[in-house]
Amino acid sequence: MTIKLWKGNEAIAEAAVRAGADAYFGYPITPQTELLEYLSSRMPALGRVFLQAESEIGAIHMVYGAASAGKRAFTTSSSPGISLMQEGLSYIAASEVPCVLVDIMRGGPGLGNIQPSQADYFQMTRSAGHGDYHPLVLAPATVQEAVDLMSISFDLAFLYRHLVVLLADGILGQMMEPVEMPPLRTLEDQMPGWALTGAVGRPPRNITSLYLGAEQLEGLNLRLQAKLAQIAAYEQRWESYRTDDAEQLIVAFGTVGRIARSAVDQAREQGQRVGLFRPISLWPFPAQPLAQLSRHVDSILVVEMNAGQMREDVERIVGGPVHFLGRMGGMIPTPEEIVEALPMKPKAQVHRNGSNGAAPVKRIKERSYAPSA
Amino acid sequence: MPPVLERPIENQTNNGSPVLEPVYCFPDSLRDVHTHYCPGCTHGTIHRLVAEVIDELGIRERTLMVAPVGCAVFAYEYFNLDSCEAAHGRAPAMATGLKRVLPDQIVFTYQGDGDLASIGTNEIIHAAARGEKITVIFVNNAVYGMTGGQMAPTSLPGQVTSSSPAGRNPAIQGHPIHIPEMLAGMPGVAYAVRRSVHSVAEIRKTKKAIRQAFQTQLDGLGLSIVEILSSCPTNWRMDPAGALDFIRDQMVPVFPLGDFKVIG
Repeated sequence: MTIKLWKGNEAIAEAAVRAGADAYFGYPITPQTELLEYLSSRMPALGRVFLQAESEIGAIHMVYGAASAGKRAFTTSSSPGISLMQEGLSYIAASEVPCVLVDIMRGGPGLGNIQPSQADYFQMTRSAGHGDYHPLVLAPATVQEAVDLMSISFDLAFLYRHLVVLLADGILGQMMEPVEMPPLRTLEDQMPGWALTGAVGRPPRNITSLYLGAEQLEGLNLRLQAKLAQIAAYEQRWESYRTDDAEQLIVAFGTVGRIARSAVDQAREQGQRVGLFRPISLWPFPAQPLAQLSRHVDSILVVEMNAGQMREDVERIVGGPVHFLGRMGGMIPTPEEIVEALPMKPKAQVHRNGSNGAAPVKRIKERSYAPSA
Repeated sequence: MPPVLERPIENQTNNGSPVLEPVYCFPDSLRDVHTHYCPGCTHGTIHRLVAEVIDELGIRERTLMVAPVGCAVFAYEYFNLDSCEAAHGRAPAMATGLKRVLPDQIVFTYQGDGDLASIGTNEIIHAAARGEKITVIFVNNAVYGMTGGQMAPTSLPGQVTSSSPAGRNPAIQGHPIHIPEMLAGMPGVAYAVRRSVHSVAEIRKTKKAIRQAFQTQLDGLGLSIVEILSSCPTNWRMDPAGALDFIRDQMVPVFPLGDFKVIG
């Protein structure tokens, strides 16, 4: 076991290489450019395809082409670049070719800035393009977790012939952490039965997203929905931290999830029984585990680096309003800020002041909640 | 009197009837299906030429086609090849992805003028700049056919279309784009020509050019593109014969036929 210090973006790139990526097409954009730079030497050194595209639009359609040939193709970008890629993402989802996308989110809307953000939760979890689908979205909280998730992304993409998104933010892309890399996988050159390889001794294969007939297109959509239901059933990932006796629950993902972990420890030191629920798969959202947990706590605080996008999912799952702390534009909530935002204050403080000055505690466990399917 | 055979009979079967050598067959690279193309449209002619060339070069089993968005959107239904359907204008990017991971296969795009010369200019120019070893069949009928005849970047000055009812005014709507001339200056481009299918003689020249374009790819020389002037009787509001005359009399003067770059 070798543990080395890795920069987030480069670690993700190396993890993709070790997971057997055949081809990478990308375009520079901060704060993910190190991925492109790293792969520009690493992929050719292994005899694999690296190509810097003319735009994010070009990059995603090159991925679409390479993926149509049954290859492990991927691209990486950041928020404004992802907006450009949405055209291709939708075609890829409709054509059911496997594809891996890394989104190192930055501040928006518009050109925004290059600071970390989680403001593209909606963009990725809701569809990532026009039409009726969700990508499989994985949100790591550490560089190690980003590596581990990257390592399984191609397998998931090929298993479901679907779009898998690694959704991180600028902090994770830029920070250095000790990482244990998985070994370099050698993949057998197995061509999937749908791949375009040249019609040798068999009828031709077509990869398309065009279904002019309403019945045919509904058929495609029903097939996609059945696949998504399978993904929802099998691919929920989450982490619970110190939730066994928790009265207050923090829900946070990605980078904020790890900051919230520190907040949990701080609050515990102050005598508060606080726990953390961190969804790792944002779609499918781990609804059932959160719903179960919500029955045993008195309050829920959602913390995000956006205006409350995941909060909508959490409120839907627990069946009522929750507390929320959000920072935007690249501002990062501190553990102290999160502790301060906890709705229930330490008992000593309440006794001294007679009131904790916070909004009335929401007795989540008294609410009925509607667990998602 | 029996008809006089122009070809010499080399063999005779046991019953004395001649064994005829086929001189005209349905190409293996086309599927025997009805197309959706309008009467008088020359897409069908161009499909046939491409298919004959692929057959003659013996590359059908290693050829991958990228279909466009536009009138040829269903080209993958008509060609007997492994194929895919790109987003509007993105065929050269998709072809790049295919060719880079399958460098031994033959990859071509089949694109119209709205697809290639408008929304897809970024993709074709950069595929050309990189010298992607792909072949581009670029069908120019001077309108957006599939959506009902709107003005295209290739519409002629003065041409009345459903979105330029007063005729294309270059002062307002700009001048037609000349794609092979533009691309010919790029080192990555090995073959850039313009042909037409308005007469039998021009059809024959077009087939030769398509053949050379694929040969250019086989030889690994760079990007090859054949622009083909094609008719659109429906959206031009003409009969099929009149549409062919329109190509000859109106389009060719604006889009001169010829070779703009030939390497190899």
